[in-house]
Parts: sequence; C-alpha cells; structure tokens
Amino acid sequence: MNLWRRIGLGLAAPLLAIVFSALVTSVILMVTGARPVETLQAMVEYAGRPRTQVLIINSATTYYLAAVAVAVGFRMNLFNIGVDGQYRLAALLSAALGGALVLPKALHVLVVVAAAMLVGALWAGFAGYLKVRRGVSEVISTIMLNFMATGLIAYLLAPGRLAVTTQGSNNLGTRPIPESGQVPGLGLVPGTPLKVYGLLVLAVLVGAGFWFLVNRTRFGFDLRATGMNEAAAVTSGVDVRKMVVASMMISGAVAGLIGMPQLLGASYTYSLDFPAGLGFTGIAIALLGRNHPVGIAIGALLWGFLDNSGQILNLRDIPVEIVQITQGVIVLSVVVAYELVRRYRLLAVQRDVGRTLSQDPPEDEGPQTVAASKGAPA
Amino acid sequence: MPADVNAEPAKGQERPEVAVELRGITKRFPGVVANRDIDIRVRTGTVHAVVGENGAGKSTLMKTLYGMHRPDEGTISIEGEQVVLRSPADAIARGVGMVHQHFKLADNFTVLENVVLGAEPRSGFFIDFSAARTRIAEIGLRYGLEVDPDALVEDLGVGDRQRVEIIKVLYRGARTLILDEPTAVLVPHEVEELFDALRELKAQGLSIVFISHKLDEVLSVADEITVIRAGTTVATVDPRDVTARALAELMVGSDLPSPTTSGSTVTDVAELVVEHLDLTGEDGRQLLTDVSLTIHRGEVLGIAGVEGNGQAELVETILGIRMPSSGRILLGDEDITTWTTRRRRESGIGFVPADRTHDGLLLEAPLWENRILGHQTRRPNVTRWGLVDRAGARADTQRIVKEYDVRTPSIDVLASALSGGNQQKLIVGREMSGEPCLLVAAHPTRGVDVGAQAAIWDLLRAARAKGLAVLLISADLEELIGLSDSLKVILRGRLVADVDPCDVTPERLGSAMTGATGGEAA
Repeated sequence: MNLWRRIGLGLAAPLLAIVFSALVTSVILMVTGARPVETLQAMVEYAGRPRTQVLIINSATTYYLAAVAVAVGFRMNLFNIGVDGQYRLAALLSAALGGALVLPKALHVLVVVAAAMLVGALWAGFAGYLKVRRGVSEVISTIMLNFMATGLIAYLLAPGRLAVTTQGSNNLGTRPIPESGQVPGLGLVPGTPLKVYGLLVLAVLVGAGFWFLVNRTRFGFDLRATGMNEAAAVTSGVDVRKMVVASMMISGAVAGLIGMPQLLGASYTYSLDFPAGLGFTGIAIALLGRNHPVGIAIGALLWGFLDNSGQILNLRDIPVEIVQITQGVIVLSVVVAYELVRRYRLLAVQRDVGRTLSQDPPEDEGPQTVAASKGAPA
Repeated sequence: MPADVNAEPAKGQERPEVAVELRGITKRFPGVVANRDIDIRVRTGTVHAVVGENGAGKSTLMKTLYGMHRPDEGTISIEGEQVVLRSPADAIARGVGMVHQHFKLADNFTVLENVVLGAEPRSGFFIDFSAARTRIAEIGLRYGLEVDPDALVEDLGVGDRQRVEIIKVLYRGARTLILDEPTAVLVPHEVEELFDALRELKAQGLSIVFISHKLDEVLSVADEITVIRAGTTVATVDPRDVTARALAELMVGSDLPSPTTSGSTVTDVAELVVEHLDLTGEDGRQLLTDVSLTIHRGEVLGIAGVEGNGQAELVETILGIRMPSSGRILLGDEDITTWTTRRRRESGIGFVPADRTHDGLLLEAPLWENRILGHQTRRPNVTRWGLVDRAGARADTQRIVKEYDVRTPSIDVLASALSGGNQQKLIVGREMSGEPCLLVAAHPTRGVDVGAQAAIWDLLRAARAKGLAVLLISADLEELIGLSDSLKVILRGRLVADVDPCDVTPERLGSAMTGATGGEAA
C-alpha cells in the first residue's frame, strides 16, 4: 500500500464525519429557518478577523493539551475520563502555590508548571493504582475522582483556605501569581491587541514529546503493544500493571498542563469562573484526531473555530447551541467512520498481499507436485 | 430460521443418491490458493472422509460447503440441486450442519440452552423449553446420543461437549454433518464412542463428511476417502483397497516429511531445571502439582497430554506470567523463580505461543514492529538510550523474512495480512533471534502448511544441534515422538509418566495420556 493511499485512508474517516455532520447541521439550520450556506459564510468571515483568530488559537492550545492527555490513555486502551478533575485540581493547587511564592522569573513558571503536572499525575495515579490493585475500572474511578475533585476544590477555594476575596467582586480566587510567574503573550496575529498564549509553545512541545514517546521510545512501544494486544504484550515481557500506573500518571501530568496557558497567560488566579469541562472536550478531540499528535492539532483548531466563530450566530438570531450539535455529530460519526475505514484497510492490505504474492507463485507448488498428483492412483 | 428447522430427517423417504457434490471448487486467499479444482461426491448414508496434512486446505473446503465463504470458482450441489450458499444459515436451511474443531458452546449455559440457542422454539413470547426438551430426548434416543439436557456445559467433559455440538446440528434438521477434525481433542476411548455414534447416524440415513489427518481413524470409520494435497483433490479411494502407508503417501506426495531426529545431541549441562512446582489458580484450584523436570542443552523435552491438563499453565509459569505457589525454576545456574517475564526473556528464553494471534503478534502492526515484540529491550531493536532502533529492527526483520522464508511483499504490511504459516515462520524466526538458550515451543506447527511444518521441524533440529534446550508441547503425537529426546506425560497438572520416544507408538502414548488407570481425562 503506497504512502498516498495510506494518507488518503487516514483522512477519509474524519472528512466523512465532518461532511456528514455538516449535512446534519444544515438540516437543523433549515428546520430552524436559517440558511446553512450563509450561516457558514458568516462564521468563516468572523473567523477571518484577527481578534477571532487569536481566540481560536488560544482555545485550541488548551484543547490540544486536554486531547493529548486523553490520547496517552487511549493508546493503551485506558479511558481517562478524569482529565477534567485532574486539570482543575492541578490548576487550583499550582495557582495557590504560584501566588504564595516569590521566585526568579523562569524558575517561578517552572515550579508552577511542575506542581500542576505533579498534582495531575497523582490524582490520575489513584485511578491507576485502584485498577491494578483492586481491579476497579478506570472509567468508574476517574468519574468518581472528578466528583471528588469538584468537592475538594469547593472546599479549598474559600476565604481562609486558598482563596482571597477581591474588592468589589463576589468572585473568589487564589492569590494572584506575581509578574515573575506570568508568561507574556505572543503577538503572532497582527491587527489586534490580543495576544496568543505564550504557553502555545508548551502545547507544541507536549505534542512533539507525545509523538516521540509513543513512536520512538521503548516505553511507547510497550504502551502501544499493550493497547493493541494485551495478552501478547504480557507474553513479550511487558509488566502491564506498571504500564497502567505509568500511563495514567503521564496522562494526568499532561492533564495538569491544561489550565496553565489560561492561568499563567491570562487570569493569573484560579477563581470560581476558571474554565471547566475541558477534559470532556479533550475526549472528543482525541477521538477526532485519532490519538495522533497532528490529527489532534487539527481537531483542536476545528473545535476552536466552531466555539469562537459560533459567537457570531447570536447576532443573527441563530441559537449558538447549534455548534454543540455539530460537535456532537462529528464525534459520533467519526467513531463509526474510523471503524469502517479500519476494517476496509485491513481487507485492502490482505488483498494487496494476496495479489503481490500470487504474481510470484511459491516454489512448493511447482511442477513436481502437480505431476505427482496427476500420477496418483484413483 | 425457516419453518422446516424442526422437520425430522425422514427415514425411508425417497432421497437422492448423492447428498453433497462439490465440483471444481477453487478458493483463493491472500498469499495462497487454499483450494484448487476440488471435486468431491458424498453419497447419502455414508461417512466420507476428507484427509490431508495440516494446511492442505481441508478446513477451507468445509467452510465453503458450510457457507462461511463463497468459492471463487466451482459449484456446490446439495441433494441434487445446485445451490449458492451465502451464509451458514443457508447451509443449515439446506440440511448441512457443521461441528467445528473448536467447540462453539456457551460454558455457563445448560446443554438444553446451548442446543436451542439461535433456533429457539417459541410459544408466544417465551421460549418453549419443554418442546425443545422433548426433541433433544428424541434425538438422543434415535441416534444414541444421550446427554443430560440440564447439565451445565462447563461441567461436561470434552466427549460430552462434542455430543452436544452434534445434537445441536441435528436439532437444526441437518441431514449432512460436517465434522472438522472431531478426534483432535478426544482421548482414544472417546474416539471409539464418537465412531459408534457416527455409525448410528449413518444407519439412520444421514451423511457425514469427516475431516481428519489421522489415517487409522479414517480407515476404520470411512466408507470413502478423498485425499487433499496442497489444496486440490488428489484421489478418492475405498478404504478397503488402501493401506495407511499408501494413504500417507497420497497425502504428502512422494517424499514423506518426518519429524524424526537422528542422533542425540543431548549434553549433560542442565539448562532448565524445574523443581517441585506447585501452582494454584486465582479460584484456589490446584493447576500444577509437584512438577519437576530438567532440560539439558541440546535436548528436546516433549510434554504429551490431552489439552487442558496444565500444559498452558506450565508454560506460563516458566515464562513468569504466573507465579508458582511453591517450587523453584532454575535457568542455567540462576534461580529465576521470582524474575519478571521480561528479565527471563532477556536472559534467553524464547517462546512460540500456542495461539499465535492471541499471544504472539500485534495483528494491526507491521511485521518489523512484530519483530520487536518480546525483544523490546535488546539489540538490534533498541538503542542504548531506550529508543526504538527502527533501522536495526527493520534490517533484522528483512533477515528473518529471508532466512525463514516468510512470504510477504514487504516488512511494512500488517501481520494480519500474512497466512498462518507465514505468521508462524516470522514468530519462530523472531524467537530464534538473539541466541536463546531455552525455547518454549507450544504447538509450533499447528495450523501451518506442510512446507512450513517441515521447515519449522528443521529449524528446531538445527537449533537443538547447536545446544538449544527446547520444551516442546504439542497435540501432534508423531511430532512429539519424532522430535523429542525425552517425553513426559502430563495429566491433571501432574507429570505422571516418563516415556522413551524411541520405544513408543502414538497409540500407546495416547493411552498413557489418559492416565495409567484408564480413568477419564478431564
């Protein structure tokens, strides 16, 4: 199978899913009395504005980290639904730490980021530990840990504990991180004062690191082998228990980074209005991007586009919730499309191999056998 | 299910003389022509045996007849009528039923539930179990296939399970039964019971297609024998006119490959020593009891036993996948009892698993990644820094493909695209890499073609001559006897007998496998 065909097959599923969801969305738009093509035009036009572009990139940065966190688990057939709780708890605790410390500039950022990764890793590590020691499905335990994180955050984010009150506001947040711990934005998009998160760089590094870890390291090989065929991995010497704990902790560590672009680049405090629910967005984007670093990047940008340019819909009296319908249909149809393409691909490879080999007949079917079979007594 | 499912296979009614006729059947698969110009006529009321070596194409042919796939060329006629079978349901509707080599029963269901599964008689919204029960009793009475309809399948022995499979097929109104290697899992006295049942079925006017590669059995039960070699029908013979030797020659062509080893290469250096090994399962069952064995360098130690008597558990304990409750395992001079699987493999234990797709391959990964599996920590697959050495692994995969004659267009195809024999050659090549000191080979030639089988035997012999210690587990008694320097018999998790492979026949080994007292094997 040549390279182009492989790429074509790789793209077929997400494209099918996006086209299908575009159709579904169009139908819904028509039912609600809007014109689909013009709606899309409006969204694309809005997305073309520099200000929206910055917003799209910033959303995508956060989504990307969330999706990579989920993908690390997916590669091993682990379903880390707890990314949501992991990043929120990590953001709260690292924000509190960052607000309390006085450190030189680079070190301050590093300490906050490291603390967030550590908290995320530990919180996810609980689920890994429960799975290998007690046989608790990580799906159940991570959902439960999400609730526990929510409760814990509500308890900690109170005056006298980790929160301070801001004058003239009833918002509660951690003590703001001083300038030494802030990451300045990048003026990548001309024509707007808005800046792209400085930690965009971090997302790119995480993506590259994820690719390298999975495809180039022994650990990554063990991870993929376990995901593809656990029994064969065990036989080959992989200690699946260790792998479960390790990959859950890596997933959690990446999850810990999700809140960082926002925390260190915009809000500098973890407050009641800190974005929530990104872990679930991450699941959708990891599925769409097929757990591949580049695929996830495209998925994250698509999500960022839909979320941000969808804001224009309000001005046109179209319910903005239409975007969520589109996203939902994309995820549902992409799962189906991937399975269809996967099966087609397996068959296609088998056919190719068969064709190649039948042009080159194996030696043991040579004339000697044929002669012998003809001469056999009946 | 069609309405005539419950129709009796009427006795005495006018029936065509030929139950099933296959003409010019050709079926191609990736990499192999599995069947080529097959012609078979099965007369009504006879047992028609189809014999051939492993991989000769018998099972493919039967899948064609049972509608599991469609032939690329050729025609199928059932009871005089040319048919196109699109699915097993089509075949069943035409009165053709199949008993698979590996039973397809739900262990936690009763016999009754298993029999009706998928063909449930209804009364309104509910399953009419009493009607089913009556019918099963009728079938039992009529064909001498009696089994307690309320017994749980998991409590049944292998012979009884097979009976359930046959009842299942008869229950669906089959008039022609395909039995795919039905004796492979049976011990000798169960084989006799099966043959009695087959004779009874035949007497009642049913036709039986009997697939086997065991010639003595075929000669004793068949009315007609069709020999398949390399995917095509070579001859159809009358068992009264033919000897086992002549049949064997038809099966394998002029030169008979044989697993016989010549000359002993056994040294007095012990490579693997297992001492008083006990293994308890998670449910508290005793899986292995006081197993002790020694394999020297250059020695092949064969373990004979009916499947499910602890062979798999023994292998898993030696590999460190299961931890023994007591006892010791020594590799060379080192006590490896508490070592991890990885450490054991690093120290030179190679493993050819019994089920290659389940335990030995990443089917959705390319061949070169499969080369790494099991050797993740060793050169040429990884560099010193724990990184995958793609160039090294790819080059070495090329070497294996070449040296072990793995037929593939490239090392980038997925492992799932290869035929079973080629997958197995890849595994053997991989496990022979990196100079192993011990090879644990479970059913190394199961389901591979004759050529690959001979090649794998050669490889094992060559490695043995170079000083490799081999633990050989096999269900093929001739392979065991032919390759082994010493043989042990395993029964219910114990090594119950030592057998001298120079001085034993498959028949005697077979009876030893059921226990010296002749009691039933589990």
